[in-house]
Formats: sequence, C-alpha cells, structure tokens
Amino acid sequence: MAELLISISIPDWLAHTIAALVQCGLLLAIALCSAAVGIWLERKVSARIQDRLGPTRVGGKFGWLQPPADGLKLICKEDIIPAAADHILFRIAPYVCFCATFCVFLALPFANGWVAVELNAGAFFLLAVAGLEIFGVILGGYASGSKWSLYGAMREAAQVVSYEIPLGLCVVVVVILTGTMNLVEIGNQQAGWFFNWHIFHDPFTFVVFWVYVTCAVASSNRAPFDLPEAESELVAGFLTEYSGFRWVFFFMGEYASMFVVSGLGALLFLGGWNGPIPIASLLGLTPDGGDVFGWIGNLLGMCNFIAKAFAGMTFMIWLRWTLPRLRIDQVITTCLKYCVPIVSAMLAGVMLWSFFLPGGLILHVRSRYVAQPPSAVQSRAESSITAEGGCATRNTMDIR
Amino acid sequence: MDAINWHSCFFLLFAAIACGFAVAVVVVGDIVRMACCLVVSLAAVAGLFFLAEAEFLGAAQLMVYVGGTMVLLIFGVMLTARGPFVSMKTGGGQWVLAIVIGVALFAVLLQAATSTSAWNGPKANDQAAVPAANNSPLPQAGEGPGVRAVEGDSQDAAGQLGLGLLGVREDRLRRQDKPVLLGGMSGYLLVFEIISVHLVVVLVGAAYLARARRRGRNPESRSPLPDPRSPKPESP
Repeated sequence: MAELLISISIPDWLAHTIAALVQCGLLLAIALCSAAVGIWLERKVSARIQDRLGPTRVGGKFGWLQPPADGLKLICKEDIIPAAADHILFRIAPYVCFCATFCVFLALPFANGWVAVELNAGAFFLLAVAGLEIFGVILGGYASGSKWSLYGAMREAAQVVSYEIPLGLCVVVVVILTGTMNLVEIGNQQAGWFFNWHIFHDPFTFVVFWVYVTCAVASSNRAPFDLPEAESELVAGFLTEYSGFRWVFFFMGEYASMFVVSGLGALLFLGGWNGPIPIASLLGLTPDGGDVFGWIGNLLGMCNFIAKAFAGMTFMIWLRWTLPRLRIDQVITTCLKYCVPIVSAMLAGVMLWSFFLPGGLILHVRSRYVAQPPSAVQSRAESSITAEGGCATRNTMDIR
Repeated sequence: MDAINWHSCFFLLFAAIACGFAVAVVVVGDIVRMACCLVVSLAAVAGLFFLAEAEFLGAAQLMVYVGGTMVLLIFGVMLTARGPFVSMKTGGGQWVLAIVIGVALFAVLLQAATSTSAWNGPKANDQAAVPAANNSPLPQAGEGPGVRAVEGDSQDAAGQLGLGLLGVREDRLRRQDKPVLLGGMSGYLLVFEIISVHLVVVLVGAAYLARARRRGRNPESRSPLPDPRSPKPESP
C-alpha cells in the first residue's frame, strides 16, 4: 500500500504513515466489529434462551443496530471517578484491558497468509498478550478503592493464575502435534477434509479440545466462571465503580477476547480457515491457480474462520445462560484437580499416539489427502527426542 | 526527509518508553503505580525484542516478566498491605546507595555493550537492512528479503531453541564435520533438566510448607472451640 501511495507522488514518510494508520484502523475495525456483533449475539441468544425476542426494532430488522445505540447511550452517561480511587490507575485500567486484547488481533490469522504480522512464535505470543488483559482488570479492581472491586480483582487473579496452566498445556499439545508455533502453519497442516482437524487427530486431542473450551471460558471471565463480576454477590465485581465509556472499554475487551479465544480454538483444533469440506481446493481456488483464485479461496477461508469463531462465541453465550455460577473453590477445583491432570495425561497420550501411530486416527485416508505427509512432523519430533546427531538433524533440516 | 529509517524510529520510541518508565519506577512513591510503570517499561523492552524479530524472546518477556510482575504485585502488595494505598518513602542513605550501585551497574553494562563486536560493526549489515525496513510501514513487518538474507537462520529461532533444550544444538551440528564428536554435543539438556528438577523441588517444598502449617495450627485453633461446651478433662 505504501508503494501505491508513493507511486502517486506522495512523500515517502507520509505514505508509510498513512499505510500504517490504515492497517491499524483495519485491525481496530475487526476487533470492534467482533465485539459489536458479540454484544448483539449475546442479547439475541440470551433472549431466545429465556423465551423472549430480544432487540427487534433498532435499525429495522433483528435489532442489528443495537450495539451502536448502546454505545451512544453509554457515551452520554456521566463519567464518575470515586474520591477514594487512585485516579491515574483508574483511568488507565480500561485502556490496558482493551489494548491487550487488540494486540492479540495482530497475530491472529484469518486465512492462509491473511494475518497482520506472521509471527514465528504466534501461538506463544497470543497466549502471552491475551494474559495481559487480566492486568487491566486487576488494576481497575485495585484502583477503584472499593471492597467489591478488590474482591473481584482478587478472584480474577486466583482464577487466571490457575487457568493459564491448563490453557498453555492445551496449546502445547497442538504445538507438539504440528511441530510449529506459527499459527498459519498450524492452520495449513489441517487442510483438507474435516477429519484432518486436530480435534479428530486422535481421542486424546478430542478430550484436550474440551479442556481448552473450559479454560477459554474461564480465561475470558464468562459464566460459569464470571466470579470477578459476580453481580449477585459483588454488585459488579471489578466493574462496580466504572461507568460510561470506561465501562464500555472493559466490555469491548471482554467480547473481543471471546472472539480471540474462539478463534484460537478454531485455529488449533477446528481446522482454522479450512472448511469441513475442502470446497476451495476442490474448485481450484488455491494460490497455485493464480492470484485471483487464491484470493477468492482465502476469502472463503476467512468466512469459514469467522463462522467458526462466532460459533464458538455462541457456544459461550449458550453456556452463560444455561449454567449457574461456580463458587471460587469449585473454580479452583475444576482447574487444579480436573483440567491440569487431564490435560497432562492427554499430553502424554498424544506423544505416545504420535510415536506409535503417526498420522492420526484415519491413517490411510490422511496419507492419501494431506499434501504434506504427517510423518514429517513425526520425524522431527523423533529427531529431537532421540538426538542421535547429524543424521536425524539433517532430516529435520530437509523438511524445513 | 524522504527516507526515514523506521526501524531506528521505533527503536528510539521503545527505548525512550523503557527508560522513561524505568525512571518513573524510582521516582513514583506509590507501590502499585511503581509496579505499573515497571510493567510498561518491561513491555517496551519486549517491543524492542519484537523489533529485532526475536519474537519468541519478546513473547517470553511479556509472559514471564510482565505476568510475573503482576503476580508479584498481587501477592506481594495487595495481599499483605494494611492500608488502602501503600506508598514507599526512601531515605537519603538509600538514595546514595542506590545511585552508587546503579552507576556501577551502568558502567559494567556500558563496557559490555561497547565491547560486543556486533555492536561495533553493524555498518556492513546496515546497507542491507535499511532498505528492507523502509519498505514496510510496521516494524514487525520488516521481513523483507534484505533482513532475511542478513539474519538467515534466526527466523526459526524458537525451533532451534526447543531442540537445543532437548539436547540437539543445530548450529553446532552443522559446523561439526567429524561424526565422532557429534555425540558429545548435548546442548542445554543438563541445564534444562536441573532447572526442571529444581522447580519441582520448590513446588513440592511450597506445598509441604503450606500443609504443615495448617496441620500445626489445627489442634490449637480447634481446642478453644469445644472448650465452652465440654469441660477439659484435666481442669477439675
């Protein structure tokens, strides 16, 4: 884009600045749109679950303009900062929360190669940055100068510190299977039919996916793990003292992070941008067939990815309006007594499975359809474990 | 003015943020604000790592240091504080001591930094790296052909690091010609294992301490409770 602007005789520095701003704006738009659609979805799904209609009038049909109307209402609200609060931290906290979630979108691929920054350690980056969102919550809870807020923040801290462990282990399982932390490569290795998805790789990954779902719900503070803002006990938890636009920032952060964890789940386990049936590659819409065809294929892939992410969000909303809230001891028990041991056992299981049965559950089908033989991943893992020297490592180098 | 070195711009920006907030950590009195400044400073250092395309290191910096500071803040400050907002006052003696130590450390680091050969001779790389950095508006997107050519193998640093921790040093293996010597290159396996065992010992120790204290207290804390209901056996 910068080249395009330079070609119409715009000065170099201005062109690069404009290009950077446009790209940032694009990412911001994606983050905000995912949050807005999430809020609308929450209203409609919760209404349906409670046998209501939800918003129907704003913007004509289905109340699709409800999120902007909400936003407008919230901007008009009075911005209150409690006298007992630490003013600077109180103001910073919502931005920290939202910015952390926004930064995650930098490394989230939407289709094959359609990612703002293709990071080599994308999965790790995503986990690290998504964890920072919690900092905003804790800061906000502490700086409010209110008991309710502090309780919410403390619960958040306990919950997050414990749930980051199984969440990380779930990602490690996929990283071991694929041999890479690059999210684009992880997505591409699941190309083809739906049985190439990692969730169907073997029985262990199937279990790991559900552990991931549990941890993802917990890490984005959604019911039944919404203890930090338990409205029946803590007024609104860490949000108690926030109003108006600062509250909106927390809210948008929460919905954007729902999108992120759903998208990460889709990437790691549900094939990412690869649909259940490889329509795009059956029709020849791959980058090999030319730029335009590759572009159309990627567009289809992006639709796939976004559909999966929103399916994940719908699932989380469904959970919220179905299950009662857990107590804090139950939350910690779920994590430390169930999630961690299960995912550890599954990690060992996945390693053994890919050692003895390389190539997944349906061996022959997989080897027939997958472009890159799964033994490539396997031999790499073997070479790193056996460490027999030059020969094995040469093998790894060839594959790469 | 038509060729800005964006890499340098962002380097200066991140470096300024890191240094500025590091100073703020010292100057600000409130402990939580200090921790907040520390987090920003460390995050800016992570940004420098990303700028140098050391993504793994940058993410690790965010995960370990920024997350670690947060946990430290919670368990060190919030759970132990007696008042609502804890502030720390440093005396004159502490200032002097801190300045002496700080200047000494700075001198050592400066000496180490200037004695690194890569730091002294980036001139050859500059010509290749600058055009590639100029082509891209974002610092992270500077993976142009020039940078790739200069950096070479560092693109998959995470993979090499992982193999190194498992005992395969790819960089050494490639250079080594004699197959006899290949067996001895165990990489960081021993260090890695020692650290792992050490961490397990620490965890077990922490769990043991937490348990033992509760067991020790339980008889004491329970004994006053049944007292009013039933008379002690030895009291009459």
